[in-house]
Amino acid sequence: MIRVVDAGLLTTVQDCGRWGSQDLGVPVSGPMDLISHRVANMLVGNDSACATLEVTLVGPEIEFLADTMFVVVGGEFELWLGEDRIPVGSVQFAHHGRRLRFGHRTAGARAYLAIAGGIDVPFTLGSRSTDLASGLGGRLLRAGDKLNTGSGESGTPVLRGNGIPFDLPRGGATLRCLVEQDVLRFDDEVVGVFADATYTVGPDSNRMGYRLIGPKLEQVNSQQVLSNATPMGTVQVPPSGQPILLMADRQTIGGYPRIASVISVDQSVAGQLAPGDWIRFEFCSRSEAVEALIAVEQTLLQWM
Amino acid sequence: MTSCRQSGWRISMVGDSAIRIDFGALIDPQVSVRVLALAAAVRETGPDGVRDIVPSYSAATIYIDPLLADVDGLWKLLERLAAEPVSRQTSSRDVLVPVHYGGSDGPDLEAVASFANCSVDQVIHLHTAPRYRVYMVGFLPGFPYLGPVDSRIAIPRLANPRLAVPAGSVGIAGVQTGIYPTVAPGGWCLIGRTSVKAFDQDRDPPSLFRPGDFVRFEAVAGSTR
Repeated sequence: MIRVVDAGLLTTVQDCGRWGSQDLGVPVSGPMDLISHRVANMLVGNDSACATLEVTLVGPEIEFLADTMFVVVGGEFELWLGEDRIPVGSVQFAHHGRRLRFGHRTAGARAYLAIAGGIDVPFTLGSRSTDLASGLGGRLLRAGDKLNTGSGESGTPVLRGNGIPFDLPRGGATLRCLVEQDVLRFDDEVVGVFADATYTVGPDSNRMGYRLIGPKLEQVNSQQVLSNATPMGTVQVPPSGQPILLMADRQTIGGYPRIASVISVDQSVAGQLAPGDWIRFEFCSRSEAVEALIAVEQTLLQWM
Repeated sequence: MTSCRQSGWRISMVGDSAIRIDFGALIDPQVSVRVLALAAAVRETGPDGVRDIVPSYSAATIYIDPLLADVDGLWKLLERLAAEPVSRQTSSRDVLVPVHYGGSDGPDLEAVASFANCSVDQVIHLHTAPRYRVYMVGFLPGFPYLGPVDSRIAIPRLANPRLAVPAGSVGIAGVQTGIYPTVAPGGWCLIGRTSVKAFDQDRDPPSLFRPGDFVRFEAVAGSTR
């Protein structure tokens, strides 16, 4: 069991997401940076479906109420285990009563605290993920919360690597994306504006999506669009012309035209961006997207 | 990557992790029946690597794990299913929804009456008359998109959405009508409120409404007060 001494800015429980009920309007949620969540689980010998704590910008202070093996992966935070400074990405053992404190953040936006056996909160519709908008799966962690740990599949720590298989953003990132069919609503010039633009992640960005500040994207065709499914990574364009990048807690369907979709691998990179960071979009092909995904899986396999 | 037929459907990749088949941007009962039958057939076939199937007005979006799914095989399956006549009838139920119209429960009822140039009683009559089809469930967990609304009361969305629409609110947005299962921001014009619980995470299935169901509204005694 662990106890939340200080919750930090926005700390939630996340597993791989609430899949399978989107036809009933249930959002997927899950980690903003799925790759770091998975690496954290692998490092402590967990199945990647185990729940971790997702820490955002300002981390929490956690007290271990049992002898515990844990690791923090993802964004670079100063970490203190009691009086000792510990590195991100290194598996640690904490005795009962020791405290883990997150300090100053130097890169990335989110980190994942994995505990051997996983965070054991009840399943809601098949997932332990917290969806802040609908309240499914729980809420933001608060000081005083106690969470059970250790019921999940857990084996011997298997990963030898200690990092994440992508460059952690330091102030911004270029995200590879695929062109969307709704692009017919935007002429070549507008698509060119999008591809050349440098956007800034707006202050009112959250786990549902990032509001991007930068060049306006004008639609050339304002025929009605019917709402349909909105995967993570979708870049949609509301009438204001300021694009929105949909993230983990997005709604299941949406009616704004889409110009692009960020590829799976780079969705994790996007998850490491904070308000004020820059984003550039670079179009690629579907085969490049799948190759990038395979490369990440191969790296993780080599670390095992 | 797209493919289409003169019969009016189009298959395309959505990002690297979803495939969509779209039967044309239409809110139409026949199209909806086709979409739901196809979604059910894909679910039944159960191809590897499919993570979620999301029907909407005129399209079904199939979420895949790109490393597990056979995209070409799935593509061919969709082409085959789309070319077949709709033979199956997906299961559907009729749900009666009692509504208290007007007053603080329906703050936009008078505005709808002005829009339609009729009395609030006539608005209630026009809203309770049809047997609405559930075209899709989404936006919020359990939120049913119902239609079509009588064109006389098909009022557009509010210019300034409310920050907090109360749970159970019944609203109109153009030819669509729907029910807010939980408190949420929203731009639909609110005409009444129901005590029916559209979503309950402890119920199986959690959503009262499923795509393909039918809904009738009924004015409860004391409406408009």
